[in-house]
Amino acid sequence: MKFSAEFEQRFTEMLTHYPSKRSVLVPTLLYAQDEVGYLSDEAITEIAQRLELKELDVRNVISYYSMLTTKPRGKYNVQICTNIACILRGADNLYQHCQKTLGIRHKQTTPDGQFSLEEVECIGACSWAPAMQVNYDFHENLTAEKIDTILDRYKKA
Amino acid sequence: MADLVSHPDEVKVVSKRFGQGAADIDRYLALDGYKAVQKALGMTPDAIIGEIKTSGLRGRGGAGFPTGMKWSFVPKDSAKAKYILCNGDESEPGTCKDRLILEHDPHSVIEGVMIAGLAVNAESGYIYIRGEYRYLTIIMQKAIRDAYAKGFLGKNIFGSAKTFNVYWHGGAGAYEVGEESALMESLEGKRGVPRIKPPFPAVVGLWGSPTVINNVETLSSAPHILLDGAQKFADYGTPKNGGVRLFCLSGHVNTPGVYELPLGYSLKKMIYDVGGGIPGGKKLKAIVPGGSSTPVLTADEIDIAMDFDGVAKAGSMLGSGGVVVIDDSTCMVRFAQYIMKFYQHESCGWCIPCREGTDWLKKTLDRFHAGGGVRKDIDNIQYLSENMLGRTFCPLGDAAAMPTISIVKKFRKEFEDHLEGKPCPYDPVGTTRQLLPVLSD
Repeated sequence: MKFSAEFEQRFTEMLTHYPSKRSVLVPTLLYAQDEVGYLSDEAITEIAQRLELKELDVRNVISYYSMLTTKPRGKYNVQICTNIACILRGADNLYQHCQKTLGIRHKQTTPDGQFSLEEVECIGACSWAPAMQVNYDFHENLTAEKIDTILDRYKKA
Repeated sequence: MADLVSHPDEVKVVSKRFGQGAADIDRYLALDGYKAVQKALGMTPDAIIGEIKTSGLRGRGGAGFPTGMKWSFVPKDSAKAKYILCNGDESEPGTCKDRLILEHDPHSVIEGVMIAGLAVNAESGYIYIRGEYRYLTIIMQKAIRDAYAKGFLGKNIFGSAKTFNVYWHGGAGAYEVGEESALMESLEGKRGVPRIKPPFPAVVGLWGSPTVINNVETLSSAPHILLDGAQKFADYGTPKNGGVRLFCLSGHVNTPGVYELPLGYSLKKMIYDVGGGIPGGKKLKAIVPGGSSTPVLTADEIDIAMDFDGVAKAGSMLGSGGVVVIDDSTCMVRFAQYIMKFYQHESCGWCIPCREGTDWLKKTLDRFHAGGGVRKDIDNIQYLSENMLGRTFCPLGDAAAMPTISIVKKFRKEFEDHLEGKPCPYDPVGTTRQLLPVLSD
């Protein structure tokens, strides 16, 4: 299993930050997922070996964190916040709009592998609600029209 | 990224460098950066703790525990390494302030961690940032690197004999990890399942060592307190509620945003003056005063001072500073439903009252709002919630129960209006949520 040079450099550096190897696990899983697209069996085995953990321990941790996934996702993961501050400002309609526009539902991926959709909990954008994240990018003060423009931009990227 | 706002009543302390490019270390230095930590290097640990106590600073994460006292709990004679852990897992619904501090003033957080370290004789600090805030992790990584390059971190900091290291750490999506013991578990590479207390982190924390855990805003306040004077900071607020804090206004207000206001500021003014009132000529129905876990207040309960004791007197909590304003077109049953959806999703399942309670409550509220409610459900919702209170390792169970109990008590009529298959009075065509097919993970 090969990760990028940037990943390896970060991994090596992070190991020096803690008195126990295991502490690098959560951020390492997320960075691995960013490279592979999801936490593949191969990636899990590799990380477990490096940190001298059982694969089961690693999977146990993966299942706890909502950002970590063992299933492939689209190139762009559209995450609509439907928590209270966003709901009060119309997030429910926006989430429905995205379902219609993309033709997919919660945790599904478009057939061309471009987009995934996810209903997520508070992303820390309450004062700029309604909001969403596409991968790690924040998009705030949304309207249906704004979402269309944003999704179009990703489509063409 | 996120837009900055401003209001004449603001007293900018923690936010004073926002929008001024202070993420750049040289800019930060030009704006009095790293002066406070150098001052702290010339002080004894007791003197630093004394200053923080004088300032009246109380934890900005939600619980409002006096910061100076927390620092004083770390045993002085412990032979173990000691740690500072900065909690940047901001995820309490309604709260979006730490994000601005980490984006606009990351060095103030590093400096705060260092000051806390000097106060308790620690040599390492960790800044935990939630996984969704990837861009802030990148900003923080650079800030830490720059601080090392200048000799502010590492061995012999600022030419002293002291050593201090600061490291960043990233999460991967979990509300519960914002709870201090779950945060430590997560940093140790495990599921964020809470630990039983006592022992408290100040005695047995990270890797079994004494650990101070503070919120981003709390630590970012420390340099200002040391540099500008503890008394000055205390005087901004009210007795026992020193200072200013970042309030995150959201929901049905005309000018939502993050505003730094003195503790004790009037909630009414916050909604109608700072927040510009309710949009569309609608009326106020309810307020969440301090993040989704705090009991809601009604429109008749807004003549209060927004400090820890003032909000407590009104039967709620100042919490994390997330003020969510709700107008009179909102269905409170639906609001309760969304709050419970969140806690059911975030419950780790470790403690049965929370795992089962949030799930039952979510199912009951879903059914109730969809028109399938019976009268008995109303009392049951309250009963189930009350039975979660104080019966879990971490406060997530309480966080789910408290707002729910308050909504049932204060808006019981709205529950009754949904009975006998009556459609939601606020959404007569049926809720958007129920129109959706049942979704599964």
